Amino acid sequence: MPALLEVRSLHAGYGETHVLHGIDFAVEQGGVTALLGANGAGKTTTLRAICGMVRSSGEIHLGDDRIDGRPTEDIVQRGVAHVPDGRGTFVELTVEENLRLGAYIRRDRQGVARDFERVFGYFPRLRERFRQQAGTLSGGEQQMLAIARALLLGPRLLLLDEPSFGLAPLIVQEIFAIMHRIRADEGVSILLVEQNASLALEIAEQAYLLETGRIVVSGPAAEIRRDESIRRSYLGY
Amino acid sequence: MARNALLAVVAWLAATAAPTLLFSDYHLFQLTMVVVYAIAILGLAILTGFNGQISLGHGAFYAIGAYVTAVLMYQYEVPYWATLPVSAIVCAVVGFLIGLPALRLGGLYLALTTFALAVAVPQLLKHDALERWTGGVQGLVIDKPDPPFGLDMSPDQWLYMFSLTIGALLFLLARNIVRGRIGRAMMAIRDHSLAAEAMGIDIALLKTRTFALSALYTGVAGSLGAIVVQFVAPDSFGIFVSIYFFVGLVVGGVSSIGGAIFGGIFIEFLPNLAEKVSKAAPGAVYGVVLIAVMFLMPGGAAGFVGSLLSRFRRGAKSGELRPATIGGSGAENVPAAAGVPRGAEPDAGGNRGV
Amino acid sequence: MEGVLHQVLSGIASGGIYASVALALVMIYQATHHVNFAQGEMATFSTYIALTLINAGVAYWIAFVITVAVSFLIGLLIERIVMRPMMDAPVLASVGVFVGLLLIINSSTGWMFDYMIKTFPTPFSGAPVLFQGYVSGHELGATFVTLVVLVAVYLFFRHTKLGLAMRAAAFNPVSARLVGIHVGWMLALGWGLAAAIGAIAGMMVAPIVYLDPNMMAGILLYAFAGALLGGIDNPLGAVLGGFAVGIIENLAGAYLVGTSLKLTVALIIIVAVLVVKPSGVLGRTVLSRV
Repeated sequence: MPALLEVRSLHAGYGETHVLHGIDFAVEQGGVTALLGANGAGKTTTLRAICGMVRSSGEIHLGDDRIDGRPTEDIVQRGVAHVPDGRGTFVELTVEENLRLGAYIRRDRQGVARDFERVFGYFPRLRERFRQQAGTLSGGEQQMLAIARALLLGPRLLLLDEPSFGLAPLIVQEIFAIMHRIRADEGVSILLVEQNASLALEIAEQAYLLETGRIVVSGPAAEIRRDESIRRSYLGY
Repeated sequence: MARNALLAVVAWLAATAAPTLLFSDYHLFQLTMVVVYAIAILGLAILTGFNGQISLGHGAFYAIGAYVTAVLMYQYEVPYWATLPVSAIVCAVVGFLIGLPALRLGGLYLALTTFALAVAVPQLLKHDALERWTGGVQGLVIDKPDPPFGLDMSPDQWLYMFSLTIGALLFLLARNIVRGRIGRAMMAIRDHSLAAEAMGIDIALLKTRTFALSALYTGVAGSLGAIVVQFVAPDSFGIFVSIYFFVGLVVGGVSSIGGAIFGGIFIEFLPNLAEKVSKAAPGAVYGVVLIAVMFLMPGGAAGFVGSLLSRFRRGAKSGELRPATIGGSGAENVPAAAGVPRGAEPDAGGNRGV
Repeated sequence: MEGVLHQVLSGIASGGIYASVALALVMIYQATHHVNFAQGEMATFSTYIALTLINAGVAYWIAFVITVAVSFLIGLLIERIVMRPMMDAPVLASVGVFVGLLLIINSSTGWMFDYMIKTFPTPFSGAPVLFQGYVSGHELGATFVTLVVLVAVYLFFRHTKLGLAMRAAAFNPVSARLVGIHVGWMLALGWGLAAAIGAIAGMMVAPIVYLDPNMMAGILLYAFAGALLGGIDNPLGAVLGGFAVGIIENLAGAYLVGTSLKLTVALIIIVAVLVVKPSGVLGRTVLSRV
């Protein structure tokens, strides 16, 4: 299957700290790719580099375009939706306003209306809380809101940064169940960053393991899941 | 240490004697004003440079000091030198009282409050209830003091020496405070107030006392200024006095004691030069210089000089060997990643202390 | 009793002007966490532009519109050229730049338009005077204009896509970029809007206090007081605060301290707010207490 996102020799960092030391990976069209690793490995930095939020060098190809070095707004225009760590919700605004912002760059009103309905189908709670201030939502609901907002962009590529973070296990199950549905119905390619490796490996086809800024393991998710030595050394289970 | 002290005395003698002998009375008057402004700016430097608080209203303390002196001399015939300690105490007390509420909060709120103070002070000074003492809108005229002990010199010469001596003492005092325990505490608050508090420094009290001290300095400067200019009136103490002190502080070097002298020179001589171009020019030049300094030379003149000197001393610093640069696109416009703090201290290159 | 009513109504009229400037201040504060100390000078400069146009024979309301548009552009340019590089600067640097801007604009105004006090025309003088002479035609008209402006701004921010984008950019610039908003341009627009509002305030107040380069210094102070009183991060609070300050100022000036001490009243309000409730009556920010 052709790759939607191809990353080659990606270096990135903050100020003088060099975080990523030349990584290569790809996200296949329509598939889910997991990026795993411990705290500080550079997973979040990778997503930020793709979105132009940190200084980076190397090649980032999205479809036929090169997006490295472009400003974030530009990359978003090309269909990349990023659900950042910490959700990135506009807490002072209402749920409705958050969702409308998700569709900010779109011009097709009917398409947006349809997508609103689809999003409510995945996350009915958001319809209930439509006019509520986003900051008053629970952690799980804010995560749903963040994902919904990203979907409303109508993206080609969805970047998810630790969706399970800080959430109770039951909520995490719920969210991942919904993610299975999204992946089945939407045809969007997903790059999933997770510390919770077992959940990620269940949903992904490909997986990459990041350790202190370098990729140490890569391959089909099913294989990695089966490989006990990898699991024990790197994934902690 | 002894050698430094000797050097200092020699320098003081030179600074006093040479101009007194060489310059005309008018130039001495200007130099005296430089000293006065330098003391005022030193007050601000103690506050802003070493304690990290911003005041846009120090002109108010300058005004209070000036009026205390003027009223005492005019209404009660107190000798000029005796008014200085009174003015110092009054300003310290006022500074303490104003500092208490405003200092619980961060930089912007103090800036706002002191701005408000500076705008309100001229109105207060004009008020009818105080007119008996302050002379209302017309202000007060005071006599220039004669040299003591019948010394054979002009009043201007005497005033120059007097102000310079007071100034030297005040500078020495400031230097000692800054280098001592209190100074370190002040700077700790400026740089890491949470950590400072955790270490047991009583932040609120120290900040308030610093504010009071800085008010004292600027107040004494105001007293001296009144004596030298021989005149006080409410409209001479508007918001622009405070703003010009701020400019002088920034231009001289925010956390530099020596920079205050440069600041004094700057605000004394620049308007004279600029006004030859047009009445509006001084303000515009100040504004441009202020912005330019903020962008290019945050450490002010003192910082600039300091970094030149250290470059001479250390030779070529090889600190430029950094790991391979990341992202050759010169991406200054790339927003910093969320959650990563950007450190940009205004006086990163500046001197701390003399 | 009649005197009180008169003072209150006058207070509402001037309060509307303070509210407008306070709103401009809060808009910029929300977006950048900086206080625009130069807001008053910008408004004064705009008022002079209007006067120049009127003296050149342009009809009042046309001059009004042109001035607002030009002010909008000037605000936008200042943000792009001067403010943008200072976005992440520490407080001292940004205060320095704002003060520098204040000085430059103030001097430019004096240089271009000289320092003599001038009168500024009002379009309302022919209007009937209501409430048995308690309110002048101009006061009524100015109140009306400022209310229209405030309502329009409110509607813009609440109910338009662009207004929503500007709010998003102010609250969370990182997330705003992630939905495709050009945060830099939103900031510039915010500045332009603030400058336009300031221009309107200036044109409304000039007939009352007469026009000279330092016209807005006192008004800026009242606006600060109003913004602080209402909550420096809350636009509605700033507006209400501005009106409150207008009324308090007038009542205090008439009955307590005399007109010559009105500015001191503003200072007292500021200090009182900071002592009692620094986040303002409607504000929410938790300020660091260290």
